[in-house]
Amino acid sequence: MSMEFLIASAIGALTWAGIYLSLRGRTFPVVLGISMLSYAINLFLFAIGRLKVGAPPLYEEGLSNYTDPLPQALVLTAIVISFGMSALTVVLALRTFLETGTDQVDGEPDPAIDPLEGDRAEWIERRNAHRIDMIGEERL
Amino acid sequence: MHLVLIAVLPFLGALLLSAMGNIRRDAQAVLALVPVLAGLWVLGGMVPAVLGGAVLQFHADWVPALGLGLTLRLDALALLFCALILFIGLLIVIYARFYLPAHEALGRFLALLLLFQGAMVGISLSGNILLLLVFWELTSLSSFLLIGFRSETAEGRQGARMALTVTGGGGLALIAGLVLLGHIAGTYELSALLTQRTQVQASPLYPLALVLILLGCFTKSAQFPFHFWLPHAMAAPTPVSAYLHSATMVKAGVFLMMRLWPVLAGSELWFALVASTGLVTMLLAAVVGFFKQDLKGILAYSTVSHLGLMTMLLGLGTPAAAMAALFHLLNHALFKAALFMNAGIVDHEAGTRDIRKLGGLATLMPISATLGIIAAASMAGLPPFGGFLSKEMMLEQAADTRWLGQSWLLPMLAVLAAAFSVAYSLRYIVHLYLGPVRDSYPARPHDPPFGLWAPSALLVALTVLVGLFPNTLTHAFMVPAIAALTGTQGTAFHPALWHGWTPALAMSAVAVASGAFLLWRHKGLQRGWEGAMLPDAKALFDTAIERLVSLARLISDAIHNGSLQRQLAVLFVAAVALGALGMAEGGYRPGTHPTLPASPVAVVAWLLLLSSIVAVLVAQQQRFLTLVFISVIGLVVSLAFVYLSAPDLALTQICVETVTILLMLLALNLLPKKPRRISSMARRVRDALIGLAGGGAVGFAAYAVMTREPNDPISAFHWAKSLSEGGGHNVVNVTLVDFRGFDTFGEITVLGIAALTIFALLQPAARGAAGQRLRVWVADLPRSPERHPMMFAVAARVLLPLASIIAIYIFLRGHNAPGGGFIAGLVASIAMLVQYMASGFEWTDARRRIDEHRLIGLGVTIAALTGLGSLVFGYPLFTSAFGHFHIPLLGDLELATATLFDIGVGMTVIGAVMLALAELSHIAVRANKDNAAGREDGPMDIDPARLWAEQQREAALPTPPARPEGEA
Repeated sequence: MSMEFLIASAIGALTWAGIYLSLRGRTFPVVLGISMLSYAINLFLFAIGRLKVGAPPLYEEGLSNYTDPLPQALVLTAIVISFGMSALTVVLALRTFLETGTDQVDGEPDPAIDPLEGDRAEWIERRNAHRIDMIGEERL
Repeated sequence: MHLVLIAVLPFLGALLLSAMGNIRRDAQAVLALVPVLAGLWVLGGMVPAVLGGAVLQFHADWVPALGLGLTLRLDALALLFCALILFIGLLIVIYARFYLPAHEALGRFLALLLLFQGAMVGISLSGNILLLLVFWELTSLSSFLLIGFRSETAEGRQGARMALTVTGGGGLALIAGLVLLGHIAGTYELSALLTQRTQVQASPLYPLALVLILLGCFTKSAQFPFHFWLPHAMAAPTPVSAYLHSATMVKAGVFLMMRLWPVLAGSELWFALVASTGLVTMLLAAVVGFFKQDLKGILAYSTVSHLGLMTMLLGLGTPAAAMAALFHLLNHALFKAALFMNAGIVDHEAGTRDIRKLGGLATLMPISATLGIIAAASMAGLPPFGGFLSKEMMLEQAADTRWLGQSWLLPMLAVLAAAFSVAYSLRYIVHLYLGPVRDSYPARPHDPPFGLWAPSALLVALTVLVGLFPNTLTHAFMVPAIAALTGTQGTAFHPALWHGWTPALAMSAVAVASGAFLLWRHKGLQRGWEGAMLPDAKALFDTAIERLVSLARLISDAIHNGSLQRQLAVLFVAAVALGALGMAEGGYRPGTHPTLPASPVAVVAWLLLLSSIVAVLVAQQQRFLTLVFISVIGLVVSLAFVYLSAPDLALTQICVETVTILLMLLALNLLPKKPRRISSMARRVRDALIGLAGGGAVGFAAYAVMTREPNDPISAFHWAKSLSEGGGHNVVNVTLVDFRGFDTFGEITVLGIAALTIFALLQPAARGAAGQRLRVWVADLPRSPERHPMMFAVAARVLLPLASIIAIYIFLRGHNAPGGGFIAGLVASIAMLVQYMASGFEWTDARRRIDEHRLIGLGVTIAALTGLGSLVFGYPLFTSAFGHFHIPLLGDLELATATLFDIGVGMTVIGAVMLALAELSHIAVRANKDNAAGREDGPMDIDPARLWAEQQREAALPTPPARPEGEA
């Protein structure tokens, strides 16, 4: 097995899981899927510079064995940007859930997870129980 | 250079006027007059040269690769049009000063008027047809603003929208047409283009280009069937109607046909399209105009009719006819602008524009009546006024033109149109000014102040003088202008009131007589007209727009139903299919690049990665668990970067990993943890198959790339120039802050925007439905009884200075060794985030000295300024300078301006990361507050610092005397 095969298959597997998760009906797996796709894409971009071991792109006079620095520079910013993107999507997912009471990507109502739906009294009771619980903990 | 001045002056005036704001109305008017007068003066200086046959040019490159140049070109035709625009503009500014009531913003109005004037001057001076397009669109936009100036009225808004839709749509066609024309001719420069007639007309693309260009011209010049917007544009204040809709903008289409006449005219198609459209428009609009009751409505249809006349003449394709069109353009501008001003005066003084409520005004407002009657007589084509001369020329041209195979048809229709033209003109005179005085006017009509009638008086005087002494007044500029229009010399121009007993004279007489007859029978005709149930253009337009919108909705509803899942599935399948298609066509050859052997550790890591991926999928219903597996994946990817010679990437990846997991944890805290599954089994299998296809394709592509020989001349360049020109050994960092600094600048800007968007999304989440859900939210996970463990808090605080030093160290060495602004920023943010985790949000937030918003803004600004700084020294954007400095303790250090840039990068990263996470934890705190009411969110259960301080204080105090018992 060559290193190239390992990386290529890893990229493939990450893409597979990324696509599968992006197609799920709830927001959180979609966020995970986007993260997976980011890994796959960053690895792919990096791999375009070909694989080399022990030859970091630190310049020295006359050195000819070095890794392609350009894809690395591109991927570096891409990693940071993908953080920005993940953060934004996850926050979008959160705000949507809080605003609509459902975490389904197509906005289908989902009473089972909406804190405002169903038996209101039950929620309040749970909340109070929780509070007593915590005060009880404190006493300990 | 003077040409540039003429083109720029109106824009400068518009800017100045809008910047001056609240100065007195007279001062505003003067401020608007100055650029117009200056423009006329500069133009005046060029008159002798241009009339002598010279073509003045100015050229500067704009986008030479596209053929787009800033070419300004002044020949006699452009001079005539430009002078007309400026001269009538001058009168309009004066008129507007007195016309606009005190409560309307004169400054804004004049600024818009000047903006429009600049666009029109630009059209007349453009020497490059792409540049002309720019000004063309600008006239559409500025006229939209002017028509909608009274935006509080529905008519104003609807009229403006309709005008923009029609002329803007025509503008789109014109873009395509002119680009095609330039493509055929091989040049967009007007001077070169005008000589390419044979080549252009022989091209198979000529018909298409012609139709598209004409669409632009016809919509702009309100030719049938696009004429309907012009009457509705009359909702504009009258100065706008007088300027845009009689003298200038609507003539832009006619002007463009004149400008391109030498290239486009003369073919069968040109004659069929242009002459026929012009003829139909001329006749139809004249008839409609006769039956309008609104003064401006009459004038609007009359304008459409006269534009049709000019279009028809241009369509005939002979130089003599083109000459007649040009002469009529001049005459029409004079009398029609005067008439619009006249109608505005009547509206202003009598309080209505409805001709049925008016009449007998001649004795009440004698000056206005005289001006109105003379201008209307010129419009009717009565001698001895300017309108008569050009109408005679038109009839003369029409007399010997065959149309639809008949020699009598076109002359007859032309006479009919002329008869209706006489009829509505006489109606304007008779029904408005003559007849008995009424006592039912909405206001008490009287002559307006001097400033209101003087501009039209000047125009009327000119129309009389042109009629009486046409040769003396117009010969000098008409002859070179005609030569410039037709591209040929020697077209005879002999305007005269008396040409002898010609057919044209007979036709003219018939027209006048029938016009008078029509007016005599007006009442009956009007009744018949109103009973005829003719289609209303506005209703048709509205229905058409409505249908278009519902059709668009139908299509978009069919394409996407709002389901993200479906859209994404289509996207992925399409991408894979395209890739497969490319593969099938291109074929595959195995690569020859030698591969690396896989070490056992690599294989173990690979297995770990694969099993984590599977674990994420399996554990989907337990969301916290998936985060653990995801972080394993991130770690393996970081390890891969370390092993494969990418230390910078490994550092970045591991930091980002930490931050991302923290972020997801915080978000998940408020999201449902174990929701039930909603996809069916079939759905999951389908998605897994799509994923398999996509993953297989991407993996295969990656393998194919990696096993091929690299082809990287760019990378070699980066490597070679890193030290010598970027001043650093770490090529990745040098690339980021120097070679591709502009890219990096874009990236940090995006990062900052993402963080600010997160802030904007979460700030208002405490209100409304989201707020309600937050208040009933219950922490549904078991919690540690110790909220802020002491060990953690102490360790975190000790760590903060250490981590900060590491961040600085990583930052400083970044130019030569793995590190740099991105990584340093991430390390610093993590050190601070740990404080939030260890000591709680409120405690940490209270001690936070820096505002993240400022940090982001400052970071981006520093980076931008550093990049711009290189411009000051005459280098391209984002070039860095560097030097070596010896600093005590730190040793020999290399400082580059890139370091400054990197500081900006680091600051933005810290600001963005902190803002995103702090906001997310803040919202959880807000939700929690209600739950843990009354509980202080202390940093830890036992605060050693506080204890120590208390002990100190107690030690310092004198020991209190022992209290006697029982006093407590």
